Amino acid sequence: MFYLNNREEEFQEKLTVTKLIELKKYTYKKKIVKINDEFINPDEYSTTFIEDGDDVKILHLLAGG
Amino acid sequence: MKILKEYKYDFTEIIHGYNNRSLKINLSDMKIESKQISEEMKQKFVGGKGFGLRYLWDAVTPETKWNSPENEIVISSGPVGGITQYPGSGKSIVVTLTPLNDTPMDSNVGGHFGPLLKFSGWDALELQGKADKEVIVYIDGNEGIIKIMESNIETIDSHILSEELTEMFAKDETDKRNYSIVSTGSAARYSNVAMLNFTFYDVKRKKVRLKQAGRGGIGRVFNDKGIKALVIKYEGVKSDLNNPANISKINRAGIRFHKEMNRYDDEQNGMRKIGTANIVEVMNDYDLLPTHNFKFGSHKDIAKIESKVFIEKYITQNIYDGCWHGCSMSCAKAADDFKIKTGPYAGHKVIVDGPEYENAAALGSNIGVFCPETILELNFYCDTYGIDTISFGTMVAFAMECYENKVFTKEDTGLDLSFGNIDSALELIHQIADGRGFGKIVGMGIKFMKKYFIENFDADPKFMFDIGMEQKGLEFSEYMPKESLAQQGGYGLTNKGPQHDEAWLIFMDMVNNQIPTFEDKAEALHYFPMFRTWFGLVGLCKLPWNDVTPHSNKYSKEPAKMPEHVQNYVDIYNGVTGKNVKIDDMIEESERVYNFQRIFNIRMGYGKRTNDKIPYRSMGPVTIEEYLSREDRYDKQLKEIVGYNLTNKSTEEKMAVLREYRESQYEKLTDAVYKRRGWSKDGVPTIEKLKELGMDLPELVDIVSRHL
Ligand code: SF4
Repeated sequence: MFYLNNREEEFQEKLTVTKLIELKKYTYKKKIVKINDEFINPDEYSTTFIEDGDDVKILHLLAGG
Repeated sequence: MKILKEYKYDFTEIIHGYNNRSLKINLSDMKIESKQISEEMKQKFVGGKGFGLRYLWDAVTPETKWNSPENEIVISSGPVGGITQYPGSGKSIVVTLTPLNDTPMDSNVGGHFGPLLKFSGWDALELQGKADKEVIVYIDGNEGIIKIMESNIETIDSHILSEELTEMFAKDETDKRNYSIVSTGSAARYSNVAMLNFTFYDVKRKKVRLKQAGRGGIGRVFNDKGIKALVIKYEGVKSDLNNPANISKINRAGIRFHKEMNRYDDEQNGMRKIGTANIVEVMNDYDLLPTHNFKFGSHKDIAKIESKVFIEKYITQNIYDGCWHGCSMSCAKAADDFKIKTGPYAGHKVIVDGPEYENAAALGSNIGVFCPETILELNFYCDTYGIDTISFGTMVAFAMECYENKVFTKEDTGLDLSFGNIDSALELIHQIADGRGFGKIVGMGIKFMKKYFIENFDADPKFMFDIGMEQKGLEFSEYMPKESLAQQGGYGLTNKGPQHDEAWLIFMDMVNNQIPTFEDKAEALHYFPMFRTWFGLVGLCKLPWNDVTPHSNKYSKEPAKMPEHVQNYVDIYNGVTGKNVKIDDMIEESERVYNFQRIFNIRMGYGKRTNDKIPYRSMGPVTIEEYLSREDRYDKQLKEIVGYNLTNKSTEEKMAVLREYRESQYEKLTDAVYKRRGWSKDGVPTIEKLKELGMDLPELVDIVSRHL
């Protein structure tokens, strides 16, 4: 199990940030990714694996229509 | 044209963003007067929407209706309006009592009229009374002359009328850029959702462009006053006309922003390519795109209307599209030489201003239309007929759902109004403009339609109120609030009704889960509406605030607020006015006006808790098909949050429990928000709150005392 935006998610082996974003259909471009409070740069998404127990934040920066 | 009245005025210097006077024109007796603006007026109401509301309050009584002669249309930019260094500085706000429910409506608009009005010597324009014969009001800001002229022009629709007037008044091609026209279109004669078009002259295209004060039927009031058009001329726009207190502060903020736009826009929102329509597919991916009258949040045919289609096939690229000078966000996109297929302009090649996101959703997915050319054609006709695109889409979507539920039939209306029926959608728009057929009913808005369908077609009142997406008479704008309680508040706990310009919290709430508690949501429903109100006080467009994100943002404590951009606003506001405010002071300025508007609503009979209720369609699934479309989500919520045992339960039983839960959540949210805003349980600003804000004016205390 890991947390995504403070909600529980089932842990999967070899789940990268890229894959998680795909699974969640998080297609909006302006977002920040943090794992256990550390920023992950977009060029590290495909090589960063989510571990069991991680606290993942994917914050979308959209506050306006 | 025959001149009915002429008025000459002297110029005064603009000091730190203000002329310190406003112009009042009464069309009944043709009286034109200049009014001083006091320091107190500026301190309490700032400008723009604040000035509009104050003047409107003074003009009307609780008995005034939208078509009473004393109702006013007030147009005002604001102290920052008209600077050219920072993007989005050409907005004005239009205020009037709306035909939808006779309460104050405000609508923000681009185009050049607001800044040119200011540079012509006026911080606001009040239009009161009704002309006997149709008139054109002309303001020449260089000569210092105002003329009221009897109109001899037959043209009604905005795209031709504004071209004709620009041609008629400008002395040559170069002079056209100095003009802005305000007009409405055919629909304003009959429809409660008629809007105003404000122009700017696009020097590259050599065409007049239209920007809309869309919401709340202001075009109908304009037409009722007998105004054909307002024409303003001011030659000589330059960056320091506001006589700012500290121009270098403004320049620095502008340079920072322009650099950001250049650097990040392509990889972020692509505002310069497609404007706000960049989020059509984003909303679909997050299940937030209103589809079939807000039943669903996505559709399998989305690829047909995603932004790429408009970019590749229709919207002219690589051209500057700012709706005021210096707007590097440049999102006022347009389709050039678009060939119209139906109606009075069939065969014409026209320029279509848009589509913005709202148009694509309202004229597309929400009515089941997934055809880009139909969206553009409806967009064009909405604009030229003077119809609010958002209301049109939400109204037609409602009518379509009623039709599919056999509230009425084709025999009753002459139209097959199934979702996605392109011919019927187009026929409806022409009918609305001509005030004929079923379109005449639809054009009156959902509030009217609900009553009409109950009285004439025996419609079930509960179903009408559940699926009719309006509140306070205003149709919902185009975001699905169903799965975001905070956004339900963002729509429902507003002054003018469900328009997202007060708060847009769906991502913060539903996706990011940053505001989980009622208190968190209430804080957001305090801060964001106040922050966003401020744009309308000073003359700014809110898009540059958050449609590009600076690099520093990710390191900030509150990224949703865009602190670096907020600091830019502090700088330019202080730079123009010479004030020394901080963000908290700006929020307080907004709070004064916001509470004033709330009390104005109460004065007109519409501003309490009962008026903040929203249709259940905006909170949860009304129909079985809606429940089943998100069954997993709803079942999970019932099981895990409500603690409801789902075993052997029918969908109807589950829906009833879910409804009870969601409605109770909205009530709890309402309590929390009222508390945070300093209002009573019934939504009335308390006297303590008014005192704290310095707004314990006798006329306000008098109203609230009667309701506390
Ligand atoms: S951001 Fe777009 S709407 Fe706002 S001022 Fe600029 S061009 Fe106009």
